Amino acid sequence: MTGSRWQLFNSPLWNTLHGLQREMNRVFDRWGEEGGRLFGAAVYPAVNVWEDADQVFVEAELPGLDLKDLSIYVTGGNQLTIKGERKQSTPGKGVWHRQERGFGQFTRVLTLPVNVDADKVEARFENGVLRIKLAKHESAKPRNITVKAE
Amino acid sequence: MADNSAITQKSRAEQTTPETTWGGAYFTPRVDTFETEDELTLFADLPGVSAEDLDLRYENGELFVHGKVQSRRSGRQAWLNEYEVGDFYRAFSIGESIDSGRISAECKNGALTVHLPKVEHAKPKQITVRGG
Repeated sequence: MTGSRWQLFNSPLWNTLHGLQREMNRVFDRWGEEGGRLFGAAVYPAVNVWEDADQVFVEAELPGLDLKDLSIYVTGGNQLTIKGERKQSTPGKGVWHRQERGFGQFTRVLTLPVNVDADKVEARFENGVLRIKLAKHESAKPRNITVKAE
Repeated sequence: MADNSAITQKSRAEQTTPETTWGGAYFTPRVDTFETEDELTLFADLPGVSAEDLDLRYENGELFVHGKVQSRRSGRQAWLNEYEVGDFYRAFSIGESIDSGRISAECKNGALTVHLPKVEHAKPKQITVRGG
């Protein structure tokens, strides 16, 4: 069993998988560079990002986080930073049977595809879900172009 | 070492997954379990679940956690979709004797805590040994 596993590392298949992993990292790097190390996942928190004509919406699941341990800021017109720490409270004298949840500090920097107005950012934190609404900068909004007939 | 875990997750085969009426996916929440002399404590991450949308049941030594998540989907142009949204479900069989009348739970910021107090006879007892 062990032997076959090791062989995989030298096989063309492994190299292909490895190449794929690199490609995935590269693709993800366009969006976020830093992940929470203590959370096990490469990038924390996972985010969903979508847009409409005027706004960009960012949503992240941050269960168990206290609002006071969370900070959000916009820099350079299109960089959104979500930074925080999930603290663990020890329930007293006893023993852990199962520990699947993650704790610790995290930072995620998202490079948004458009510039946003840093003064028009709204954030709500409800039931462990963070929702951020960012108004697109005037220059990034779609415009109707009136075509004049000669 | 034998499996002395007081809370065992029900294996896939015996897990009774509720039927869905909306065809959405169920997600397994991440869970921590802690045991003291007096109680078992279960912590579960249920982002997006409010206390009203939580169905928590204890029945015949089994604990069922079902968190209903309001759909947050929008038809708008997505740039990044790193996670899916759906209900949470997980079942546990509890090895210890639990005083079901005193089970309490609270849900804060999408994190659930369930206190399962042990019945008196299940608590560890210090036995005094007399010298002869």
